[in-house]
Amino acid sequence: MEFNQILQYTLSGLSTGAIYALIGIGFSIIYNATGIINFAQGEFVMLGGLLTLSSLQLLKLPLWAAIPVSVAISTVVGVIFERLAIRPLRQPTPINLVIITIGGSILIRGLAMLVWGKDTHAIPPFSGDTPIAIGGATILPQHLWILAITLVIIVFNKFYFYHTISGKAMRACAYNRRAAGLVGIDVKRMVLFSFIISAAMGAVAGIIVAPLTMTAYDVGVMLGLKGFCAAIIGGMSSGISTVIGGLLLGVLESLGAGLISSGYKDAISFIILLLILFIRPQGLFGKADSERV
Amino acid sequence: MKKDLLLFSAFTLLVAAAPQLFKGGYLMNVLVFVGINTMLAVALNLLLGYAGQISLGHAGFFGLGAYLSGIMTTTYSIGPWLAMPIAAIVVGIIACLIGFPVLKLKGHYLAMATLGLGIIIFIVFNETVDLTGGPSGLSGIPNLKIAGVTFDSDVKNYYLIWFFTLAVMLFSLNLANSRVGRALRAVHDSEIAAQVLGVNARILKVQVFTLSAIISSIAGSLYAHTMTFISPASFGFNFSIELLTMVVIGGLGSIFGSFLGAALLTLLPEFLRAVNDYDIIIYGALLMVMVMFMPGGLVRGIPALYRKIFGQRKGTGNA
Amino acid sequence: MLEVSGITQIFGGVTALDSVSFKLAKGDITGVIGPNGAGKTTLFNIISGIYHQTAGTVYLEGKDVTGFPPERLARLSMVRTFQNIELFGGMTVLENVMVGMHTKSTSGLLACSFKAPWSISEERRIRQGALKWLDFTGITDLADQKAGNLPFGKGRLLEIARALAVEPRIILMDEPAAGLNSQETLALAALIKRIRDMDITVVLVEHDMELVMDICDRIVVLNLGKKLAEGTPQQIQESPEVIAAYLGDDD
Repeated sequence: MEFNQILQYTLSGLSTGAIYALIGIGFSIIYNATGIINFAQGEFVMLGGLLTLSSLQLLKLPLWAAIPVSVAISTVVGVIFERLAIRPLRQPTPINLVIITIGGSILIRGLAMLVWGKDTHAIPPFSGDTPIAIGGATILPQHLWILAITLVIIVFNKFYFYHTISGKAMRACAYNRRAAGLVGIDVKRMVLFSFIISAAMGAVAGIIVAPLTMTAYDVGVMLGLKGFCAAIIGGMSSGISTVIGGLLLGVLESLGAGLISSGYKDAISFIILLLILFIRPQGLFGKADSERV
Repeated sequence: MKKDLLLFSAFTLLVAAAPQLFKGGYLMNVLVFVGINTMLAVALNLLLGYAGQISLGHAGFFGLGAYLSGIMTTTYSIGPWLAMPIAAIVVGIIACLIGFPVLKLKGHYLAMATLGLGIIIFIVFNETVDLTGGPSGLSGIPNLKIAGVTFDSDVKNYYLIWFFTLAVMLFSLNLANSRVGRALRAVHDSEIAAQVLGVNARILKVQVFTLSAIISSIAGSLYAHTMTFISPASFGFNFSIELLTMVVIGGLGSIFGSFLGAALLTLLPEFLRAVNDYDIIIYGALLMVMVMFMPGGLVRGIPALYRKIFGQRKGTGNA
Repeated sequence: MLEVSGITQIFGGVTALDSVSFKLAKGDITGVIGPNGAGKTTLFNIISGIYHQTAGTVYLEGKDVTGFPPERLARLSMVRTFQNIELFGGMTVLENVMVGMHTKSTSGLLACSFKAPWSISEERRIRQGALKWLDFTGITDLADQKAGNLPFGKGRLLEIARALAVEPRIILMDEPAAGLNSQETLALAALIKRIRDMDITVVLVEHDMELVMDICDRIVVLNLGKKLAEGTPQQIQESPEVIAAYLGDDD
């Protein structure tokens, strides 16, 4: 096994891992604020990519305008979803929540299929596609964009959750919703915020990865599931643990696909998911939580 | 229970008479699938509706039964009636082994774990090309034969499949109204209270999970011999969701509800041929609408709606 | 009958129970009382196998049952009821009690599904037994009602009937009088005495002092996780430490 090969796989794994991390953080934010696993999270990723495509092609917007527009629209979809599906739920049992978010994800996917068809589409990379050499491996400029933007988002998250009132309020909800409500935090608003942030993050993730992997109406399914894996590895944290989880997952997947077999690439993530759920459901870094076991 | 048995007898008569009513034709073919889907929906309902455990990977057990039977009867020339129980036992053992760790999880985590499982199984079907034929599928699976009669026509398959489906329904009805069925429902309503009364929730959940998997496997074997051709596409995540939709729409915890859900979701695409691509939107919308407005499923929602519109009637309304 | 020895429970930084020990005699009605936060429910949860204690042992009829899960304790004839009644809301009242007879029956999954003859006769026996217990607690008329629709007082009685169906030798009741009016509480007192008359040892956690002083043979007082006092109702009422602990507390 050549070192260069391993380096190559690791580097590309890091960038996919960053995407998984972003999606995973999206899952964690909603979960921590509401206790819901939003199965539709992957669809925001899909919407990010496809909406950017339309903004570029139909609206003829330049890239720097197309991105905010598509993030905004994805966020609106997230809000609609929360308002229509989550909030009015009469019996929020786990089964019902699982079913409704699955239903929502299927619906969004189906509507996307209506609008954009079943083909895969390409989005131009942000700053060209001249390969850059690092050690004996090559990466594309888009990889750097992914890592940079992910870093920015993580820093922003840290700032938001730890240094702003609304961010701290959301964390309060995560620890104890009842207590948060009692001290005057509008829990329902926090739930809404959590969907807004997660939808936006998901959309950004979809946009930055689309130039590399193309986008289509059904990319959300696998990306969403793998993002969930990252969140589980990180113990459902919305911070550094999930980032590590995502990066780890991306690298392991990439190495596995490259060194063992590419057909089983997707299976690798799910085997890791099962192992974590069986052996350490609180994540690699979390404390034991009796609710999950 | 008496009411259930009465309903079941009436239902059996209906099933037996249907071919006469519909005089063969294309509908027969669809009704064969309604039978298979009903079997699968009932199996999932035992786990989801009665025991309250979410599984999003049931298509995997269905597929395992189909492929095991398919491979045994083609590559290894094992007789179909021998292959089917062997497949069921293998699937049962797998389910039992996986069930112990998986069923320790609750709610969303269980849903995700079963989802992951189903996808892993699907990937294995696709990748083990030498065994399964990969994405192009496995063909040449023999039809089933009993005493010289080969089940190779829609009408014959209809009777074969529905024999098994009715047996599974009766089996499940018996179970639901029995000591074990009550223990299951108790675990669903309050696991801690059930344990305090001596119910070993852990073992019970694994038992139901295994039973559910075995029934799905048998449905898979039957499917393989009826279709004579199978491919991984029928056993993926989308079908697991379809099954979930059938159970939810029909009514969790209702055996007849599972038939309703299966019938609806199998027949609907046939009548909506024109909107075939849109079926995924319809499933999504149906799931959401049902959970929001009729969480008890059609089996409870329709009588309730009737009562609302036409005023109160006596009766407890529970199937 | 029941002995707890050195039971200690530490949650994170909080010591909920600190080396609690006492013995209960067979056939007694014992009350466990103490101000809020004394650790009574925690103690119950440890005895009934729902929590794992940090240290200490529980002996049931001389046997070490520390850490046994609840379903195992049921087979050793210990059962408990819950403060917020945990009924099987989706099933009828009769079905709830029939679940109570789970340990007194054996039909397995296959026998039930294939309606084996012995499972049919066992089902009849389970039904009869359940009706008997409904009768004992006086709610036979509610047999076919959905348990989830019951008023709270009746729900309490159902939970007791269900627990009795296990035919326990010891029953732990967690605040059985909570939420009952004075009439229902009097009926409860009579019921508990009838339970004791069947040779069943009763242990209750309770806040209703009248009830406790009325029916209990012995009382154990907990305060801030420690055992404060133990004795007859008379002794407890006169104990200066107990009075001090309760001073300033409402009931």
